[in-house]
Amino acid sequence: MQIFNRSIKLPWNSLGLIGVLIALVIFFSAMSEYFFSGVTFRTLMNQIPALTVIAVGMTYVLLIAGIDLSVGSVMALCAAVMGVMIADFQWPLFLAFFAALAVGLMAGITNGFVSARWSIPSFVVTLGMLEIARGGSYLVTGSETKYLGTAVEFLGAPVPMLGVSVSLIAAVCVVIIAQLVLSKTVFGRYMIAIGTNEEAVRLSGINPVFWKVTVFAIAGLLAGLGGAFQLGYLQSADPNAGIGLELSAIAAVVIGGTSLSGGRGSVVNSFLGVLIIAVMQTGLAQLGVSEPAKRIITGLVIVAAVLFDQYREPLAQFFQRKSNA
Amino acid sequence: MTENTLLLDVQGLYKTFAVPVLVDLNFTLRRGEIHALMGSNGAGKSTLSNIICGIHQPTQGNLTFEGKPHTPGSVKDAEDLGIRMVMQELNLFPTLSIAENLGFKHLGGKGGWINHSALREKASKALETVGLADLDPDTPVSELGVGQQQLIEIARVLADPVKLLILDEPTAALTDPQIELLFDQLNKLREQGVGIIYISHRMDEIRRISDRISILRDGQLVATENAADIDEDTIVNLMAGNVEHQALDTDTRGQRGDIAMKVENLSRKGAFEDVSLDVHQGEVLGIGGLIGSGRTELLRAIFGADVADAGSVKLASDNFQQAHRFTTPQKAISAGIGMVVEDRKGQGLHLSGSLIDNMSICKLNDLSNGLSVVDTTEEEKMVANISERLAIKYTTLSEPISNLSGGNQQKALIARWLLKDLPILLFDEPSRGVDARAKARIHDLIREQAAQGKAVIVISSETQELMGVSDRIVVMSNGKLAGEFDPQTLTEEQLLEASFRFYSKPQTEHKEETA
Repeated sequence: MQIFNRSIKLPWNSLGLIGVLIALVIFFSAMSEYFFSGVTFRTLMNQIPALTVIAVGMTYVLLIAGIDLSVGSVMALCAAVMGVMIADFQWPLFLAFFAALAVGLMAGITNGFVSARWSIPSFVVTLGMLEIARGGSYLVTGSETKYLGTAVEFLGAPVPMLGVSVSLIAAVCVVIIAQLVLSKTVFGRYMIAIGTNEEAVRLSGINPVFWKVTVFAIAGLLAGLGGAFQLGYLQSADPNAGIGLELSAIAAVVIGGTSLSGGRGSVVNSFLGVLIIAVMQTGLAQLGVSEPAKRIITGLVIVAAVLFDQYREPLAQFFQRKSNA
Repeated sequence: MTENTLLLDVQGLYKTFAVPVLVDLNFTLRRGEIHALMGSNGAGKSTLSNIICGIHQPTQGNLTFEGKPHTPGSVKDAEDLGIRMVMQELNLFPTLSIAENLGFKHLGGKGGWINHSALREKASKALETVGLADLDPDTPVSELGVGQQQLIEIARVLADPVKLLILDEPTAALTDPQIELLFDQLNKLREQGVGIIYISHRMDEIRRISDRISILRDGQLVATENAADIDEDTIVNLMAGNVEHQALDTDTRGQRGDIAMKVENLSRKGAFEDVSLDVHQGEVLGIGGLIGSGRTELLRAIFGADVADAGSVKLASDNFQQAHRFTTPQKAISAGIGMVVEDRKGQGLHLSGSLIDNMSICKLNDLSNGLSVVDTTEEEKMVANISERLAIKYTTLSEPISNLSGGNQQKALIARWLLKDLPILLFDEPSRGVDARAKARIHDLIREQAAQGKAVIVISSETQELMGVSDRIVVMSNGKLAGEFDPQTLTEEQLLEASFRFYSKPQTEHKEETA
């Protein structure tokens, strides 16, 4: 558990999330004979890379007490740019891939610079970027889905020996690196410090604007990466992709116990949050639960998770007293 | 004094927060008198006011209001009895209009709809009483100058029937004509039999307007006199008392080296003006003065936390070649200046962070390798060492700092800067809200820094601390420097006289900002 930040009570928290995850898997396996199978596992795993990397970026943003509503649109824009570069301009894959990342980075830097430099709430700035990037993705694709076929298939297809896709492996690597950066590096410390008391950071001689822009830039870059993963998964660039994805990402991060008011959070726990959401979605679908009911249940789980997180200390004390009595 | 002239009677009042603030205080207020309350910082004026109007409850003691026991549990209880206070900080709603602010308590009309024309009419009348009849009641309060806002605040209080009125520094932001208007209103209220407690630093105003003057010192009432029978020197003497002060550590005094920093004609509009001072290596320069005299703002401007409008800071490190005016703390720190801020919880600490997080934040770059990975073993060692040196009490280094006592939190904040090891250190109220033992340790630390050849500036509102820890003292009064003193020979009377100096003369400049 060394990679966890010592200023957060992580081991207990992560174990709790893993427990919830295992409970869900057991529940769905008991309810449906098809759930506990290689096929389900692979389907599930191939769905989550985009959401995973976007949730990583969102974790950083929430840590510094910001929010990024634009990630879903930015992801669609990046995927659109990459798709058009490949389909219409016959760019090599890696060049198109870097173009997607560059677009995401630019969007992130813009979000961060405008909100940090002029002290505008990131909620508003990224809400604007949500519209801008969505409009951009329609413009780039001419409002049509670009079919790419096999050019990007390998990104989403399972690697023979492992059974999981390149995207998933890359996404897991991002999770690990991002957690290490958070808990081991100076930048990680600065993020937590900015989230707890930005003025104290400024008066300690650290420039909070620079680090906030960096955080939003990373969130944008990861949205670009998510776009590439999405492209590989769908084998097409859909200008309507990722609508509402920012909310799924926030939900996953919040289920993972990251505080919306900043200063407390963990990337690994956000990843567990992504897994919990994905398992629930897949499991409920296999049980034949209708789409509306699925959404209602997901919503309830989000609220319950935050409630639990908010009151976990009083709860722990309560149970301790009970067991002592 | 007959029963029916007595409005408020305070007997044997005690109030203790972390330390005793009011000790066996007795105070009376008559109907139809303006009673000035004077005292230096921390004498207990605000605490007494807050107890009378229900913000705080006494630890012990009896208050009688109109012959009945007065034990308000909240501000509302006191307001229901007709007790009002105009605070120094404004409590207006900036985005609402003047009319809405004035009528805020009685907004609801029929069915919850606001009757704007009635509200406006009432507001116009209220504005007239404070001489602001030419203002449109629909103007948002945020568009008014500070002085006008202050008058609106007063008008709001006067709109309701009032029996006891407390005014805390009401004229600080007012121009002379506005002050005259306010005084007219106060005279009218006096004739109506309202009892007024008037807190101010301005001697001339107090002597003009008040009937009696009470002087507080260290939480006790030391004198109540008729305003006509007391002169300024006596007031200052009474506020000062005869507190004995001893030097905490005389070993390093007088061993100062060359000048480390020159502050030249530094000004910041509305905060302080034309301040020049030198600090030498190896000395502690104390800054005295009243709270709000611009001391904090001066240090913040030197440190780049706020930006000065004019003047400069010159440093020995570049042979005073460059005239700095730091725009960020980052720049001041790289030039060698550190500052322990006054507001420990709001601007100093990361309360949910650990002792380690809070102490090492300025040192992380030195503690990390090329990949910027922090060497946590080294970091823990460093933090554990200094915690031991400063006798900081903790259970584990990783527990949230909010679990620690105020004294230990303050020591941790100071430790942050000691670790950074900069040649110039600024302390703003370094021992506020800490216990006596931690206080003594902090004073030793400050002296140690000077002994190591650092240039240190300390702001303190406690005379004993200021005199005990400083090699040299300057006093600020109303944004200006009001003299330099040797703590060995300085008397408390001199210190207070200097602190009050620039408040006594009416401000001739036109302070009102117009929208």
